[in-house]
Amino acid sequence: MKLFDLKGGVHPEGKKDLSAERHIRALPLPKKLYVPLQQHIGAPATPVVNVGDKVLKGQLIASAQGAVSSSIHAPTSGTIVALGDHVAPHPSGLPVPTITLESDGEDRWGMTKVVDDPLALAPEDIAAHVAAAGIVGLGGATFPSALKLNLSRGSGVQTLIMNGGECEPYLTCDDRIMRERAVEIVEGIRLIAHAVAAKEVLVGIEDNKPEAIAAMQEAAQGTAIKVVAMPSMYPMGSEKQIIQVLTGKEVPAGGRPADIGVLVHNVATAFAVQQAIRYGKPLISRIVTVSGGAILQPCNLEVLIGTPVQELIEFSGGYRQPAARLVLGGPMMGQQFTNTNVPVVKGTSGVLALMASEIGQAEASPCIRCSTCVRACPVGLLPLEMAAHIRTADLAGAAALGLKDCIACGSCSYVCPAHIPLVHFFNYAKGDLAAQERSKLKQEATKKLADARNERLARIERERAEAAAKRKAAREAKAAKEAAAKAAEEAA
Amino acid sequence: MTPIAHSPHAHAPVSIGKVMATVLLALTPATLFGFWLYGWPAVNLWAVALIAAILGEAFVVRMQGRKVRPVLMDGSGILTAWLLALSLPPYAPWWIAVLGSLFAVIIGKQVFGGLGQNVFNPAMAARVMLLISFPLEMTTWVAPSQAPGLLESLRITFFSQPIDGMASASLLGHVKTEFTRGIGLDQALAGYYAPMDMLWGSRTGSLGETAAVLLLIGGLFLIARRIITWHAPFAMLLGVAAPALLFNMIDGNHYAGPMVHLLSGGLMLGAFFIVTDPVTSPNTALGQFIFGLSCGLLTWIIRTWGGYPEGVAFAVLLMNAATPIIDQYVKPRIYGRDRKGVALSVKKG
Repeated sequence: MKLFDLKGGVHPEGKKDLSAERHIRALPLPKKLYVPLQQHIGAPATPVVNVGDKVLKGQLIASAQGAVSSSIHAPTSGTIVALGDHVAPHPSGLPVPTITLESDGEDRWGMTKVVDDPLALAPEDIAAHVAAAGIVGLGGATFPSALKLNLSRGSGVQTLIMNGGECEPYLTCDDRIMRERAVEIVEGIRLIAHAVAAKEVLVGIEDNKPEAIAAMQEAAQGTAIKVVAMPSMYPMGSEKQIIQVLTGKEVPAGGRPADIGVLVHNVATAFAVQQAIRYGKPLISRIVTVSGGAILQPCNLEVLIGTPVQELIEFSGGYRQPAARLVLGGPMMGQQFTNTNVPVVKGTSGVLALMASEIGQAEASPCIRCSTCVRACPVGLLPLEMAAHIRTADLAGAAALGLKDCIACGSCSYVCPAHIPLVHFFNYAKGDLAAQERSKLKQEATKKLADARNERLARIERERAEAAAKRKAAREAKAAKEAAAKAAEEAA
Repeated sequence: MTPIAHSPHAHAPVSIGKVMATVLLALTPATLFGFWLYGWPAVNLWAVALIAAILGEAFVVRMQGRKVRPVLMDGSGILTAWLLALSLPPYAPWWIAVLGSLFAVIIGKQVFGGLGQNVFNPAMAARVMLLISFPLEMTTWVAPSQAPGLLESLRITFFSQPIDGMASASLLGHVKTEFTRGIGLDQALAGYYAPMDMLWGSRTGSLGETAAVLLLIGGLFLIARRIITWHAPFAMLLGVAAPALLFNMIDGNHYAGPMVHLLSGGLMLGAFFIVTDPVTSPNTALGQFIFGLSCGLLTWIIRTWGGYPEGVAFAVLLMNAATPIIDQYVKPRIYGRDRKGVALSVKKG
């Protein structure tokens, strides 16, 4: 198949050999699970259980709220011991609303609905099952999958792309799941393709994963699914970039892949979809890569959502040496964390304990305008110019240069010889611009309300004055009438 | 508490210091050749230029209340002085190097705000300042293959011992002088232009500008190491060679051919080490091509019709001033948008 060029991109050291040959193992059942209510893009789920409730594995414990949200299920059987705050899997480490579940050790499933012939389901039923199972994009974006299916169903899908790129260094969770569960993934892909009536299905896998490519090709035999080897380059697994490489099309700025008839899902999401529809199992676990130079035995683990990261690190033999930095996700876009009590959530693809030499951190020095960042940017931005504007607090200037088109992939920061934290600048500016926009909207709304109030008060005043005038006129008319009558009387 | 770091949590094994060190490495062959060709005076001049730049930069950075060490360690001041030294007449007196180096790092760079902030290439700004202010010292050339001893070299560099007996003219200067006497190219070049000597650099000229092949190898090394790209250097050579070829074909006795132009003056050094200066050149590939091409054309125009025999430094400074304009108009196309920045239209299918 003809592939198209990716503009820019970088070649970070893969480091996947640390864990790529490790079979997926299930992490032993933890005693306590901390399940945050917000593990997805959109509104947090609302708990439907109370403290003291006994729940079974897979039982709904918090339901989706509003248009963009996702449900959350009990990862194991046990007792709800707390509805309250627990440290978030976020760099801030702030407490977030969390359901704490104490495992009873039995790991007993609740009722699961088994569908005999999933492909006979109506497309909207598939989306409904996916929504009920609380499935979100497992590639890291954690957008509710059912919503994506529904949005695409309306506009029609020409090409369904299954993302097996896994371009982040260290991570091997998608590699392993494709090697070990290819048959299930292929069934999941067929269900997704059926749900959106896709005309063409492509599975894009970077060519540094030959075993995964072979396994997927074998499993896809006899189906219309095409497995495509893509060059290994970061950020190949980014949604916009994988579309560009496989189809040659670009998602219009501010648009969605659906606008050009494309839908992208992660391969691990396809596995979750298959499990949900075939076996009625909601999304309560995921594969996590535990790796990094400071980890004694890097590995791939199947982990229940809500498991404290500390248990993963201990199961991996602990630290080989003190970690210079702990990261959730991959090194290019992942987030640092400091408290190892943070739970694994639906979007946690990796837990990395990195040595100082792996981070390669150094003091930032002045920009020499070498434009290595310009060549590395897969979007075609001028990172050095945007950073210069942001440095002088000219956020509008940075926005005019395309700040909002930045995908925060980190390629520019990675290659910058001056070690300038470019993406940090951009995320700061994006956050500040969003806050400015919100406050502007708020001001406008306030002004509108104030104007309405003034108008209403003026109207009431006017009406009152009019009424008074009317009464006065009536009184005067009456007086005149009376006077006239009197005069007439007198005259008579 | 440890500060939280933003992603990415990995970095390519690069730094400004490494970039500068690679450029210095690429300059070394041509520099050593210059030392060999012109002997000890060239070494003296080079050393004086570097020392003056280091001390001068340290002094003004301290005056600014900034940390001196990281500024010196980035290597940019050394590179500037090195490039300046290569563009000086090898027997120039010591104070030419000192003045030039101080002007380059202080007026050319630190006054603008330090590394990355200057508008003009500091080495070229200093060279032009020296050429305009001290035309005699800056145009007193010597023929190669004269090797004064160490002591004599000290007299040449530090006590301005007259070098009349060894004086020579550079090719471009010679041609320009002959033109004023009404002598055509065929006679002017006779006995003066030996292509193979020009190629290897055994000719009268600046300290490190003559070894065309070694400079070319250094430049290709930088391209291979991805420190620079081919756009600006190739475009500059094209900008000189194309009009030279055209006019040479029209009137061969008045306009020198492309090889004469490519192998003389400071063109090779300029193409691979000056117009590739990231700070003062555009930041897109197309912008760098336009920049290089314009530098080349201006160089050829100044050499052909200007008052000075050589035009690389003037051309570079003029185009440095045009760099912000090029950057304003030449921008990459953003993903999902057309060249004007308008979002691509939604096409179904």
